[in-house]
Amino acid sequence: MNHTIWSKPFYYAFAFFVASVSIYPILLMILSSFKTSAEIFTSPLAFPQSFSLDTYRNLLEMVPFMTYFTNSVIVSVVSVMLILVTSSLAAFYIARFTFVWNNMIFFFFLMGMMLPIKLGIVPLFILMKDLNLLNSLWSLIFMYVATGIPLSILILTGFFRTMPRELEEAARMDGAGNLRILWNVVLPLMRPALGTVMIIQFIQSWNDFFFPLIFITDDLKKTIPVGMLSLFGEYSADWGALFAGLTLASLPMMVLFFVASKQFMEGLTQGAIK
Amino acid sequence: MSHYNRTQGAENKKASTRTVSKTKKQRNWKRWTIHLFPIPALLIYGLFIVYPLFAALTYSFFDWKGIVRGEFVGLKNFKDLFTLQPFSDLFWNAFGHNILYFALQMVFQNGLAFLLAYVIYKKVRGSEFLKIAYFLPRLLSVIVVGFLWKLILNPNYGALNVILERLGLESLQKAWLGDPDTALIAIILVNCWYGLGFGVLIFLAGFQSIPQELLEAGRLDGANSFSMITRIIIPLMVPSIMIMTVLTFIQSFEAFELVYAMQGSQGEPYHSTDTLAVYFYRLAFGGSTGGATTAVGLGSALAVVLFLFIAFFTALYLKYMQKKQVDM
Repeated sequence: MNHTIWSKPFYYAFAFFVASVSIYPILLMILSSFKTSAEIFTSPLAFPQSFSLDTYRNLLEMVPFMTYFTNSVIVSVVSVMLILVTSSLAAFYIARFTFVWNNMIFFFFLMGMMLPIKLGIVPLFILMKDLNLLNSLWSLIFMYVATGIPLSILILTGFFRTMPRELEEAARMDGAGNLRILWNVVLPLMRPALGTVMIIQFIQSWNDFFFPLIFITDDLKKTIPVGMLSLFGEYSADWGALFAGLTLASLPMMVLFFVASKQFMEGLTQGAIK
Repeated sequence: MSHYNRTQGAENKKASTRTVSKTKKQRNWKRWTIHLFPIPALLIYGLFIVYPLFAALTYSFFDWKGIVRGEFVGLKNFKDLFTLQPFSDLFWNAFGHNILYFALQMVFQNGLAFLLAYVIYKKVRGSEFLKIAYFLPRLLSVIVVGFLWKLILNPNYGALNVILERLGLESLQKAWLGDPDTALIAIILVNCWYGLGFGVLIFLAGFQSIPQELLEAGRLDGANSFSMITRIIIPLMVPSIMIMTVLTFIQSFEAFELVYAMQGSQGEPYHSTDTLAVYFYRLAFGGSTGGATTAVGLGSALAVVLFLFIAFFTALYLKYMQKKQVDM
């Protein structure tokens, strides 16, 4: 196709300009985290004069960042594992067995992708209170599993349906039970789908701050995103530490992304299109 | 199910010797366990998603003292929400902001994403880099995005005003988040910054699914660029345009996190950045000003209205997706 309307240089320039707008704030965040507050105020755009880690030391003294970090890791890892277990069990059932209610169950789960659960937050708060889960990491884990299940089941069911049944039937002839078939035969073949689900759900649970905002008030039970909230409330003058906090909060996702950028991008779009 | 059981029963009856019936029973047990498989997912999802949403609906018909339920009041909460001051003004104020949220995101996030996806689709050099660059903000937590931009938009030390000054554009310097005229727009544009890469990927997937044969055929028929775009590319892009529109719609009407991170639960300044979800949070959990005056009944009524509003458009989306599946 010829480009009579836009000449190439124009849209090169345009695309790269937008790219720099996308990246620059993140770069600014990382660079600023190595500056003192005074340096940020006097020369906000310059490179840091020396890459000192003082701001990070200050930050770790001000807030229990390692506690937040540990909480975030526990919540995300446990949630993702539970999502994988519960969703693959349910998806296996939906995709491989044809009982009358299978489609109903499938639709019931699908509904969850469209329900704005934030609007049920008052009953949820009371429910968590009754279950004695307020200020417990379990409140978050249950929420992330519950919100993660619909999409995960959708993706896994789609994959199950594309897989040949022969292997399963062979295993069944050998007397293997359903659980064994799922675990030993089916799941090893499902690694790509499981990986997609894992990445989508990990991003969601790691970055969420709505549920901990409501359920967690105990400082030692906070995850990184709500920990940020109190950091900004209390130390709003120490910009160096604030930038360091933001950088640290984002670091794990950045590292994972540079290890597996393709899977991240494919995973998230698959989440939307499916 | 009934059919399944009947065959099992028949098989049992046929089993004559003791040993055979035992292995049959074992096999039946093994088969039966399959019905346990969806139960963990159903329980967690039912308890923490489906139940609260239905409960929220019933909450709206009761009077509430804090989080203690009072008497049944019918539709009073809904009536108050729409007729009692200041609630009704606040509702329509926030509703208008949600509409603006949606409109600006459609233009600045999705419009831009469409163009950029097209550029990447045309395989300019560095397209891999561009994809990653656009997507990068999406890795940050919304709260990080909010705080980062709050620092950048700070009127005294923030990078944006400094950059404007260096460019000799002092006249454009502003207290972006402190001015009721610009605060909401600033937040929405930050949201566009955050969501741009996601839109690019969705549209790119759309472009890439256009069959090459159709483009070749169009070219052979001597179609010019313009008619190629309007006659072939745009119609085939309708599915991805639909998806982005609906996702943006839902997201716009649920907008909470970014506003909360940047302007707190009061939608400062002067409710100029209030959205329905922020207003809902305030009604349900009280203001951030220390006074714990909650209005759970009103909040629940608002949740129901918002829920129905979103559900209506979501239903359209589901219907469309169903049709798409049939087509495939």
